Amino acid sequence: MADAATVDSADADEEIDLSALDDDDLIAQMHDDLYDGLGPEIVEGTELLLGRGWGADKVLNEALVEAMRIVGIDFRDGILFVPEVLLAANAMKAGMEVLRPLLAETGAEPIGKIVIGTVKGDIHDIGKNLVGMMLEGAGFEVVDLGINTDVDEFLGALAEHRPDILGMSALLTTTMPYMKVVVDTLIEQGLRDDYLVIVGGAPLNQEFGEAVGADAYCRDAAVAAETATDLIKARRAAAA
Amino acid sequence: MLVLGCGALANELRAIVGSGGLEHIDVECLPAKLHNRPALIAPEVRARLNRLAQQGRTYERVLLGYGDCGSAGAIDDLCAEFERAHAAGDGPSMTRVPGAHCYEFFATAPLFAEMSEAEPATFYLTDYLARHFDLLVWQGLGIADHPELAELYFGNYRRVVLLTQTPDGAQRARIEACARAGADRLGLPLEIVETGYGELETTLTSVAAPRRNTATPDVTAPRRSTVPSELAASRRSDEHQVPA
Repeated sequence: MADAATVDSADADEEIDLSALDDDDLIAQMHDDLYDGLGPEIVEGTELLLGRGWGADKVLNEALVEAMRIVGIDFRDGILFVPEVLLAANAMKAGMEVLRPLLAETGAEPIGKIVIGTVKGDIHDIGKNLVGMMLEGAGFEVVDLGINTDVDEFLGALAEHRPDILGMSALLTTTMPYMKVVVDTLIEQGLRDDYLVIVGGAPLNQEFGEAVGADAYCRDAAVAAETATDLIKARRAAAA
Repeated sequence: MLVLGCGALANELRAIVGSGGLEHIDVECLPAKLHNRPALIAPEVRARLNRLAQQGRTYERVLLGYGDCGSAGAIDDLCAEFERAHAAGDGPSMTRVPGAHCYEFFATAPLFAEMSEAEPATFYLTDYLARHFDLLVWQGLGIADHPELAELYFGNYRRVVLLTQTPDGAQRARIEACARAGADRLGLPLEIVETGYGELETTLTSVAAPRRNTATPDVTAPRRSTVPSELAASRRSDEHQVPA
């Protein structure tokens, strides 16, 4: 056992030459590296794939988004906790910063536009920022209003940016009812049907999402990206 | 009657129960680390009650020493399930302390709302969290190993408020020193608010009241919690802004 442990330890310390890996192995290694929150390795892998002729969107989806999806599943299942998720998100962010200008250059039409923000009275943005990143990874144009966002700021952003979706986040049971204030104001002003509304945050659940009149409750960032995509497709299909 | 609470409240629960007239109440605690894994609280409560029942320890009433605690309603759902079963003659009645979390029920809802309104960007500490700041916050949130996470967690905060359960004295001074060290690490100013046991105490004594009155008619009146106006008066600022 002692020998095996020594060998394992030596293996773990060994530097992996990412450039020596073929594409499939490099993608697998990047999934591991993002899971472990290794930002510099993710940047290196991203640049290697781009150098091998991969499109930025392919790198984004197959290397970064897929790895973050796995992180999301393991977070949901209690295998990973917030610190590990944050480190993974930081690694993804490092890769995104390499890809973002290239994605803009391609001029690819975003799948949709979303305005997101943490509601009034709440300054927690870890979850919201993860959602923003996953939505960006899923091809959305994301307008992030930040924290402590009141109804006037939400409505102003909707008028200015004309998004497909409004996304609201809250971490506190004391602030999450504010989501209903925003939805009710949309209804009062005859704007509710102009936008899809998704909500999320640790203390929320499906029942609460329905009670505030949202189109969907999203239990985590990966689900938010999937749900936003599905809602847009369904609305466009219905309009066609 | 059983009080089954968060380990972070163990000292406070024992102090309340030991303060006179409540000695018939059993106190059990679940690990405080569930604070960081709220989805596990309700299942762990159920498991502990099952284990106690297997040991022959059954109760007519159970008070959970928890708020919602980020369980997204799961603790309330569990209470409702027990209440339904109890109404049908099966098992104990069960309720919890009102409020979203211990910060709120220590401060009492009106004062907590006032503080949150005044400064939403407040990171709250209780005596327990102050004493164990390094273990629960610095190490528990991974900052000790990854200092870059501190900004992600606390970048939006503007102050730390210690909601202390301890009256002035040597013990209070030690707790304040822990809180101050924690606030310094976060680079935030510290304010101190003496709350006493707040709604934890009033709820516990209220839930316990019928049996206590029957069994021990001459019990000593429970120690009063500090009322919100007194809390506001006892609040003091302890500016400890540290260079970022």
